[in-house]
Amino acid sequence: MATAFARNQWYVAAYGSEIGRELLGRTILGEPIVLYRTEADGRVVALADRCVHRRYPLSASRLDGDRIVCGYHGFTYDTAGACVSVPGQQRIPRTARVAAYPAVELDSFVWVWIGDPATADEKLIPRAPHLADPDLVTVRGMEPIDGDYGLLVDNLMDLSHETYLHGGYIGTPEVAETPITTEVDEDAGIVRVSRHMTDAECPPFYARSTGIEGRITRLQDIEYVAPCLYLLHSRIMPAGQDAPVFRTEITYAITPSAPGKVYDFWAVSRDFATDDDEVTAFLRDFNHQVVMQDVDALNLLQRALDSEPAGYQELSINIDTGGLAARRILAKLAAG
Amino acid sequence: MTGPTSAVVNRVDWQPGTDLLHGTCHCGARHTADEPVAMWAWLLAHPDGHPSEAPSD
Repeated sequence: MATAFARNQWYVAAYGSEIGRELLGRTILGEPIVLYRTEADGRVVALADRCVHRRYPLSASRLDGDRIVCGYHGFTYDTAGACVSVPGQQRIPRTARVAAYPAVELDSFVWVWIGDPATADEKLIPRAPHLADPDLVTVRGMEPIDGDYGLLVDNLMDLSHETYLHGGYIGTPEVAETPITTEVDEDAGIVRVSRHMTDAECPPFYARSTGIEGRITRLQDIEYVAPCLYLLHSRIMPAGQDAPVFRTEITYAITPSAPGKVYDFWAVSRDFATDDDEVTAFLRDFNHQVVMQDVDALNLLQRALDSEPAGYQELSINIDTGGLAARRILAKLAAG
Repeated sequence: MTGPTSAVVNRVDWQPGTDLLHGTCHCGARHTADEPVAMWAWLLAHPDGHPSEAPSD
C-alpha cells in the first residue's frame, strides 16, 4: 500500500549547509532536481535536473558563473531555467527551458515547492526556528531510506517503538507503557501526540548528555505538520522536580523521493551543555545510530511488504491513534 | 506550537490504567471506543455520525 504523494506542498530538499558551488542532485516526489547557490547573491537555485536536449543530468554537469553548462553537449541554463546557449548554432529553440522550482532557505533548511509554481506561498512553510537558534546546539544528518515515506511517518508518530527497536539507546519500558493523547487540527493538517512520563528510567541518550543519574520525568510532545515537518519537543527533568528542565528539540523532515524511497532528515537541538563538545559528539554519534536502527528496520519492512500479496491486512491498536490520523491527513492532502 | 491552528480540533485521550480511548469531537460530542480505527470513524462521521450524542459541558 504505497502512500500517495501530496503535491502543491513545500518539501525539504537539503540543509542550507549542503548547498554551495557544487551541483547537488536530489529527487523529490519523483522529480529530479539540481540545486546550487549563486555566486552573485548567494541564493539557492533549484532547477529540473534533466537537460532538455538528451535528458542528461545537470547535476553531473558544471557551473559557469551562475549558469549550468550541461556536461554532455553544453546546453547552458540560467538561474531561471532558460537555455541561453546551445552548441554550434545561434538559434536557441523556443522550448529550450528547464523547470525552475520555488526555493526558500528557512530555519537552516532549503524548502522546495513541488507543484504549480504559481501557487507557492512562502508563508505556508512550517517553521522549525530552533534549528537556527543561536542559544541551542544542533547535530544533524540525512539518511535515505528504501521505504515508502508513509513507513517513516508511521514510525515517528508512534514512539512506543523506542522501547523495542531503540532499547538501550532512547527507549525504556515506560515509553511503550504510557498512554498517549492525540489531537488533530483538521484544517491546519497538524497531528499532535503527547506522552508524559512522570517516573521513568533515564535512557543512555539523556543520562550521558544531561548527567542525570536517577529516574526522570520525560515529556514527549509531537507536532507533525503534514506532509514534511515533524517536531518532537522533548523535556527531561529529574523525577519529582520541576527543575532543571533539559530541553531537546528533535526534528525530522520527511521528504518522499520516489515511490518506495524517502529522505530522512534528522536533527537534535539542545539547550544544555551547549559548550560541551563531548556531549555534541556523543549526541551526533548516538542519534545517528538510532536513526540507522530505524533505517535498517524500515528497509527490512519495505522488502517484507513488497513480498506480500496485494491487499494484505494490518492491525491497529491504541498506540497507532496518531499514526492513523497522520495517514488520513496525508491522504487528504494527496487528494488535493 | 509552530503551525497555524484552526478551530476544528478532534482529540483522543487514552484513559490511563485502561485500554479505552475517549474521543472528543470539535463539536463537543464525546465517545468511548476500545480501538483507534473505530474511534476515528466515529469522530470523522461528524455531523452525521453522532447526532444522538449529547454535547459536553
